[in-house]
Amino acid sequence: MPMTEQATGAQHPQPRARNGGPSSASVEHLTGAQSLIRSLEEVGADTVFGLPGGCILPAYDPLMDSTRVRHILVRHEQGAGHAATGYAQATGKVGVCMVTSGPGATNLVTPIADAAMDSVPLVAITGQVASGAIGTDAFQEADICGITMPITKHNFLVTRAEDIAHTVAEAFHIASTGRPGPVLVDIAKDALQARTAFSWPPTMDLPGYRPVTKPHAKQIREAAKLITQAKRPVLYVGGGVMKAGATAELKVLAELTGAPVTTTLMALGSFPDSHPLHVGMPGMHGSVTAVTALQKADLIVALGARFDDRVTGKLDSFAPYAKIVHADIDPAEIGKNRAADVPIVGDAREVIADLVQAVQAEHTDGNTGDYSAWWKDLNRWRDTYPVGYDLPEDGSLSPQQVIQRIGQLAPEGTIFAAGVGQHQMWASHFINYEQPSTWLNSGGAGTMGYAVPAAMGAKAGMPDRAVWAIDGDGCFQMTNQELTTCALNNIPIKVAIINNGALGMVRQWQTLFYNQRYSNTVLHSGPDADGNAAKGTRVPDFVKLSEAMGCYAIRCEDPADLDKVIAEANAINDRPVVIDFIVHEDAMVWPMVAAGTSNDEVMAARGVRPDFGDNEDD
Amino acid sequence: MSSKHTLSVLVENKPGVLARITALFSRRGFNIDSLAVGTTEHPDISRITIVVNVEGLPLEQVTKQLNKLVNVLKIVELEPAAAIQRELVLVKVRADNETRSQIVEIVQLFRAKTVDVSPEAVTIEATGGADKLEAMLKMLEQFGIKELVQSGTIAIGRGARSITDRSLRALDRTA
Repeated sequence: MPMTEQATGAQHPQPRARNGGPSSASVEHLTGAQSLIRSLEEVGADTVFGLPGGCILPAYDPLMDSTRVRHILVRHEQGAGHAATGYAQATGKVGVCMVTSGPGATNLVTPIADAAMDSVPLVAITGQVASGAIGTDAFQEADICGITMPITKHNFLVTRAEDIAHTVAEAFHIASTGRPGPVLVDIAKDALQARTAFSWPPTMDLPGYRPVTKPHAKQIREAAKLITQAKRPVLYVGGGVMKAGATAELKVLAELTGAPVTTTLMALGSFPDSHPLHVGMPGMHGSVTAVTALQKADLIVALGARFDDRVTGKLDSFAPYAKIVHADIDPAEIGKNRAADVPIVGDAREVIADLVQAVQAEHTDGNTGDYSAWWKDLNRWRDTYPVGYDLPEDGSLSPQQVIQRIGQLAPEGTIFAAGVGQHQMWASHFINYEQPSTWLNSGGAGTMGYAVPAAMGAKAGMPDRAVWAIDGDGCFQMTNQELTTCALNNIPIKVAIINNGALGMVRQWQTLFYNQRYSNTVLHSGPDADGNAAKGTRVPDFVKLSEAMGCYAIRCEDPADLDKVIAEANAINDRPVVIDFIVHEDAMVWPMVAAGTSNDEVMAARGVRPDFGDNEDD
Repeated sequence: MSSKHTLSVLVENKPGVLARITALFSRRGFNIDSLAVGTTEHPDISRITIVVNVEGLPLEQVTKQLNKLVNVLKIVELEPAAAIQRELVLVKVRADNETRSQIVEIVQLFRAKTVDVSPEAVTIEATGGADKLEAMLKMLEQFGIKELVQSGTIAIGRGARSITDRSLRALDRTA
């Protein structure tokens, strides 16, 4: 198959001729392991996160000599996977992780599933037992291809040395083109040890893989017509716009049409938060304005978004008045959850660029949309129900304020990585994302423990940017061991532990839906050394723990110290910094649409249902 | 309303492809009524005939999801009116000197074949559409069916057109 054009706009490493030479490059005789490392060099993989073991061991020998591939030795394979994902989300390149067979490989299952849900280009290389031993329950054998079949875009089992180079090229091609996703390459130990002929670029053999990137012109014209005819349109922007590198095009389209823009959790930063056309994030914890805009819209233009249940709420009552234009690079997303009136299959950048031209043509014909009445409604909701929070009455730290100040004091271009839970939602609300790829999180899978390793991967890929992990105390206890990796490899990330002593989001649901019965959500119960029950036992002591891992660590409990400790953290760049923010445990995430209910039931705050002028008793 | 649809899926003839397809069906909650796999005139292509019992929208979804599998080359839905569909059954029917001739008569009526005879049973081979085979089995039931094995449905479109032509060209380009 000829090398197809890059399907997405981001910079993806692609198989290329060495030194730009002709494709009939000279043939070298190498081991399979050397061929693997050479292939990684040729596709442009500059960073690999991994941890060796028996079956992948042959590959680690030539890796030691590679000057083009930096290997970062993690402390747990899950950390390697999330680091590769964080690297990919921050840089737009394919993230790479490499581990051994059996438990090494199975420890990658969570990050692979995470990457699949969030369409992150990831190549996972796993060692496998020697081909003759496959299927015999050999030591450290796991059928990782079988295990990851439903959570990878594709996977390969390689049992011959001569198949390594072309398989690596295919894996990178599949991971980075079309709808990006994780690809696993499982290589038998004897294939790594055998000798083979190596030349680059290899011939790829993927007859069944043909992603469509060019949108259909007729559908584009139809969509443009609907946009100019609509009275209450919304541009519903998802992660696909970020993946396609279409943020500049999106800004042009939004400003040309004047339609409000809502960016999903996966798309924060693809449209500046501060832009007047931005109405916030949609969904379960979206802004009242964004949630309501979708509910009352007469046209939704979905761009690289997939009508996820966290966005739609109860599906059959979602956006009842809206016609749907649905553009996605994955045809299977169109019509999956919500029927589309105008389906468009294509790369978001090409779709949006074509839409701009088509809307301009409509304007030239005198058809311009009049959304002034719509903006009157939107502005009223925006003024009346901004996303906000109350400070705790007891003078303790407000988690929202901590996160907001970190965002305000961070240097421009800072990358934020969050775990999953309350702190993730607050980080989505109270930090302004003005640039693409500055917000990394586990959106689809909701993987607790994502923040620290993902921040590590982002910092490894973007060493000149500041990288803050906004983490919860629950999440932090799942993957904090990678701080050791950061300390030893000069990856100076900053971690804010939003420490409320509880699994906060679960606790919030127990508060709201389980009569305040806090079953197994309290992480440090009991009084602390001073007998202060609310603040817990400090087990573990995150400051001591972080110091033991080679970090600079501070604790902050007083709002008066907030700016000082953040400034202190921002000033340190020679090692990782961890701040243990002891925050009020009862803070909640608002607005909220309770699970399984209609988005019409959005609550701006506890007991506060927004007044849209349609309440019967008004 | 749910109904049966026959999908012809051309796939690369590689290990594990059938597992990818059946796993996708179970993972996405679709039921397979019948499944038949075999090679085609091209050694690198296998053809999987799947009969699914789904409504129109889920059918579109399952086809799109199948298309995303990297090893899947092409999917064609074969409309019953424009295709020939066949199943094969082998059935062992209890038979003695009294009933054997009646059974053989039924076999001839349905243009089936007697492929094995023993004092207590005859084994019948029959091919045809699902309706015909069902009718034959209903007629044989009275004698006592000792054992029954059925293949999945295979199907091919009527007329001169071939669904493998273009897929072959795609394969040739990569060679």
